[in-house]
Amino acid sequence: MTSGAPVRIGFIPLVDAAALLIAVDKGFAQAEGLAVELIREVSWANVRDKLAIGRFDAAHLLAPMAVASNLGLNHVRVPLVAPVNLAMNGNAIAVSTALYAELAAEGPTAHPADSARALAGIVARRKAQGLEPLTFGMTFPFSMHNYQLRYWMAEGGVDPDEDLRLIALPPPYMVENLARGQLDGFCVGAPWSSVAVDLGVGVILHFGCEILARAPEKVLALREAALSGDPHLAAALIRAIAQSAAYIDDPQHHDEVSHILARPEYVGVDAKVIRRVLTGQLRLNAQNEERENADYLIIGAEGAMRPDPRQAEWIYAQMLRWGQTRYSPAMADLAKAAWRPDLFDAAFGAAAAGRDIGAFAGPVFDGRYADYLARFAIGRRI
Amino acid sequence: MKIVIVDESPVRSLILQEGLREAGFTQVERIGETHNLLKRIYAIDPDVILIDLENPSRDTLEQMFQVSRAVRRPVAMFVDQSDTASIQASVDAGVSAYIVDGLKKERIKSILDLCISRFNAFCKLQDDLERAKSDLEDRKTIDRAKGILMAAKKLSEEDAYKMMRGAAMRENKKIVEIARSVITAAEMFK
Repeated sequence: MTSGAPVRIGFIPLVDAAALLIAVDKGFAQAEGLAVELIREVSWANVRDKLAIGRFDAAHLLAPMAVASNLGLNHVRVPLVAPVNLAMNGNAIAVSTALYAELAAEGPTAHPADSARALAGIVARRKAQGLEPLTFGMTFPFSMHNYQLRYWMAEGGVDPDEDLRLIALPPPYMVENLARGQLDGFCVGAPWSSVAVDLGVGVILHFGCEILARAPEKVLALREAALSGDPHLAAALIRAIAQSAAYIDDPQHHDEVSHILARPEYVGVDAKVIRRVLTGQLRLNAQNEERENADYLIIGAEGAMRPDPRQAEWIYAQMLRWGQTRYSPAMADLAKAAWRPDLFDAAFGAAAAGRDIGAFAGPVFDGRYADYLARFAIGRRI
Repeated sequence: MKIVIVDESPVRSLILQEGLREAGFTQVERIGETHNLLKRIYAIDPDVILIDLENPSRDTLEQMFQVSRAVRRPVAMFVDQSDTASIQASVDAGVSAYIVDGLKKERIKSILDLCISRFNAFCKLQDDLERAKSDLEDRKTIDRAKGILMAAKKLSEEDAYKMMRGAAMRENKKIVEIARSVITAAEMFK
């Protein structure tokens, strides 16, 4: 495997790419006989296309995008496999300082059920006054950010398709759009919410893990066809990434890892900000209030790296809820087929299944789609 | 057929626009900035949208096409509409296409091939320009170093140059690297 062309892997500058970036930078990939070339990309559409046509051998990918690609939603169907999760959680919902002031005036906002109700109040008032609807940013239609935002606001009675605007933006562009008033809030991966707080233009309202306790965020994705071409590639990548995750999770390495990720060719933001993300201790606002949650970004802890097909089913259920596709038993099977715990177990040894996704409100998903979906008041099933 | 080019580079889009006109595509418009992108695209109602891959608006565009209630929804072009080699070449050249349904495969291919050649031509133009710039910088550096040696060692211009060239050959370096060392050293001895 060391001979020949390097393995080309695309990524978007985010802390949740850490397990991949550190695997290469600290030599875990090399120790597995892999020469890896990392390519920083500007859009998820680029990552998807370059992976699909074979310009990338693997990619740091939004977990729902891997499912969408397997189902052929809004794009040609390219069967992908996810043999290892790169991260759980790591997102945060941030709002402009102006919207935060409005929310706080409505009542308490610490619990997502309260803040969603406060948002509903503001949305209703704006509508009555004939004001423009609020605009929230997320990273892609097939992203956990999109589903987290929708889940949260719908619990408060806000219909994300009717009551406000949702627009997709690449993560590094969220902050300037918030600053320019093009956005009233967003859900994005670390460190971009913290950057907004540090610049004084945004307030962190919720950690993603307050909406969904353990949401599959990013996977390492490969083309299914590439597996047969090089059967050892996936195994070597899984091992390198799992070792890298253990390295990152050790608090003794947080300083070093933050400095590596801070470099311009990786994430390109201040190491201090990245360190806060790794420890789960975030500054919320300009008044220096902090919130700490060890689950803010989960990289390797508690078997997080092992892909669990129930995660893909849950993602498919969100796609159904928001009318991105229709239900069929065959599609449900295709969605699940992308998640490959068998490859993970073969390369790294079986790990116990992790905790469930767990939402702050609403029904528990047990694989029965119709029952689950029927229990939401808001949605646009087709 | 109406074509929209979404590209922040005015020069590159001009090169592409010209090529498309020559090939008989007369309805070509460029959108340079991404403000109000969707509104402008729908006002033009194009059959083909060409966008450079460095443009971060791709994700925004795709999501907007998805939720749009308009009938003509453009989709990212892919292998079912063209051959794999063309798609790969376009990605390598740095351009991507969105097309509305119902266009003939051959027509799309001719547009895409044109994009590829014009994007590559622009890339070469930029490389040439960069090289010309750095050549000029190198020449300036060497001239400065020559001047320093001439003054310090009372050498002719030719001998000063020969001295640097000899050092470069001995140390297996470029003359400009030696020239930079001479300048650095001279500044330290000031």
